[in-house]
Amino acid sequence: MAVIFPRWTNRIPFYLGAGGPVVLGGLIFAIWYWFSPQYTDVGYQPRQPIPFSHKLHAGNLGLDCRYCHNTVERAAHAAIPPTSTCMGCHEKLVKPNSIPLAPLRAAHAAGKPVKWVKVHMLPDYAYFNHSVHLAAGVGCTSCHGRIDQMPIVTQKQPLSMSWCLECHRNPKPHLRPLDQITNMAWDSKKAGYDPDKDPMRKRKVNPPTYCSGCHR
Amino acid sequence: MAETTTSALSPEIQAAVNADTKTQLDDGVEKRVPLLLGDPSFNDVTEIVCRPVEWTVPRAWYIFFGCAAMLLGVLVLSTAYLFWEGTGIWGLNNPVSWGWAIVNFVFWVGIGHAGTLISAILFLLRQKWRTSINRFAEAMTIFAVMCALLFPTIHVGRVWLLYYVFPLPNQMAMWPNFRSPLLWDVFAVTIYGTVSIVFWYTGLIPDLATLRDRAKTRVRRIVYGIFSLGWRGSARHWQHYEKAYGMLAGLATPLVLSVHSVVSFDFAVAQLPGWHTTIFPPYFVAGAIYSGFGMVITLMVIARKLFGLERIVTLRHFDNMAKITLLTGSIVGYAYSMEFFIAWYSGNPYETFTFINRAFGPYAWAYWIMVTCNVIVPQIFWFKKARTHMGVLFVVSILVNVGMWFERFVIVASSLSRDFLPSSWDYFSPTIWDIAAFVGSFGLFFFMFSLFVRFLPMVSMAEVKTVLPKADPHHGHHDDDHGDDHHGDDHDHGDDDAKEEEE
Repeated sequence: MAVIFPRWTNRIPFYLGAGGPVVLGGLIFAIWYWFSPQYTDVGYQPRQPIPFSHKLHAGNLGLDCRYCHNTVERAAHAAIPPTSTCMGCHEKLVKPNSIPLAPLRAAHAAGKPVKWVKVHMLPDYAYFNHSVHLAAGVGCTSCHGRIDQMPIVTQKQPLSMSWCLECHRNPKPHLRPLDQITNMAWDSKKAGYDPDKDPMRKRKVNPPTYCSGCHR
Repeated sequence: MAETTTSALSPEIQAAVNADTKTQLDDGVEKRVPLLLGDPSFNDVTEIVCRPVEWTVPRAWYIFFGCAAMLLGVLVLSTAYLFWEGTGIWGLNNPVSWGWAIVNFVFWVGIGHAGTLISAILFLLRQKWRTSINRFAEAMTIFAVMCALLFPTIHVGRVWLLYYVFPLPNQMAMWPNFRSPLLWDVFAVTIYGTVSIVFWYTGLIPDLATLRDRAKTRVRRIVYGIFSLGWRGSARHWQHYEKAYGMLAGLATPLVLSVHSVVSFDFAVAQLPGWHTTIFPPYFVAGAIYSGFGMVITLMVIARKLFGLERIVTLRHFDNMAKITLLTGSIVGYAYSMEFFIAWYSGNPYETFTFINRAFGPYAWAYWIMVTCNVIVPQIFWFKKARTHMGVLFVVSILVNVGMWFERFVIVASSLSRDFLPSSWDYFSPTIWDIAAFVGSFGLFFFMFSLFVRFLPMVSMAEVKTVLPKADPHHGHHDDDHGDDHHGDDHDHGDDDAKEEEE
């Protein structure tokens, strides 16, 4: 019988057998790791049209979150303030002639909003309501991180489905007293808070884990 | 060697075939006729089987292949449009959300059952007549499973999310729902497909080596060389081969029964009247074997004639297959009547309504097509004349599969269209896209099949040779056949005899 293949080809089945599972496993790992929001989304820090510093406003000056994001307790969406909110201070009292604020003054004069770039984005097929989470006692920092320490807002959490479910399945460690929602420095470990024994809470927190809870 | 006539039989062999035809049906246990006609030598078997792979391809093959490719094109186009537009292009409506896609899925999975039954169960039962048809039936199984897997895949709508059915780690913390029979289906059918392919390929290896050794062109030598995995036909090769084949047969045997049982759970685990029945698993398995044998007969009648396999696939093979068809068809008929009995005996008004609605409601036409094709028509196989007449076999086997398609249609459409809430009742009518997908799946099936008959041996040469009288170590010594089990030492090394006698 004529020789068709060289001798080294005998080892191909072995390499395929040994390499196949490694490649397949590696592929699954690669997609699981590098395609996940934990890798692709965390750390997202877009350039904003005005270098607004949350560190200055919420941290150093101590403005309450709700001063600007005023609908957060009542609506699904936490409002981005209109230019008039900014101009309440910046029109006459605080740095009325600042150069970085020129786009703000221009927008205000033209009656147009400032085109802020959205940082925390959820897909359209996921329903999210800020007011429900606040009413349940989930603090701002749980999802947004220490905003009061960020000169430029950065996404700190993956906002992936498994990340949502982690809390929905066991909300207790993420809850805080209802008057501490916007307290950036509140620490659950130090406070030793038990939501079940809080007389302020009228009902038990029972977040949905079924599909249509969020995919309506 | 390159004759292109449709019959491979020389006049003297034809005479021998004719002489044998008289006796071949007279298979009293005492003096059983040989399984193959005209007393072929080992080399004859090789020549007959290799001919369709090595001859100058006749025009008929190109025409058939072209037609199949066009139908496959219909499938590709209709599927592309489906992906673009969504399942709304089908005739699905609110109660009938499953429609033809699931009908076709069950239909094709059912057809895929004959192959493994023939190769695994009949192998373990030492039914030697299987050797002439097992390769063919296994190929049919694999192509049918391919068609079957297509339909649930495209029926999910957002086909790019199909990976949800596999337990893969993901950022959604989502895991398949292991309580759903639809998921069991995924595993049952993919395992079945995998085992069928491995089993089929294992059986092919010695024959691929024969083709490699006979190859006249370099490309063929290399391609068959790769796929024959260095087979040289040594005793050690055969020993490993026999072990592997036996183990795979053992592995495949429970699958024959489990796959269609699991498919039937899609219906039986649901609570819809007409679906929620314990008889479904055995009834589906019988129906699957029934339709599978129907398809084997249909294809074999054509292939036998076209490729001159009359000496290898004899009337006795058809006789046996027709008997199995009759048996399984009667089991299916029994199941139909038992469903009605239970509907009455249970006293459940919903169940009773469902079955009266099936036989006399809006889908009565489909129901009676089903009963005619599945229960009445195969009764003709009580007659030996019908079991061995090619025309009758061909027509009946096609009607069997028409009937089996309608069985699945009746189950899906009649139960869903009349569910618990009369206000939601609706009638299902297919659109052109339903029809295109179904007809197109035949394109896929025949496309694969024409490639199979063109490039692979249709009959397992190595195995057929073991059932020749010459392979019996007692051959020539005495006539009784108590030497059945000694077949380990009689495999000839495919290329030896071919080369010796070719010159």
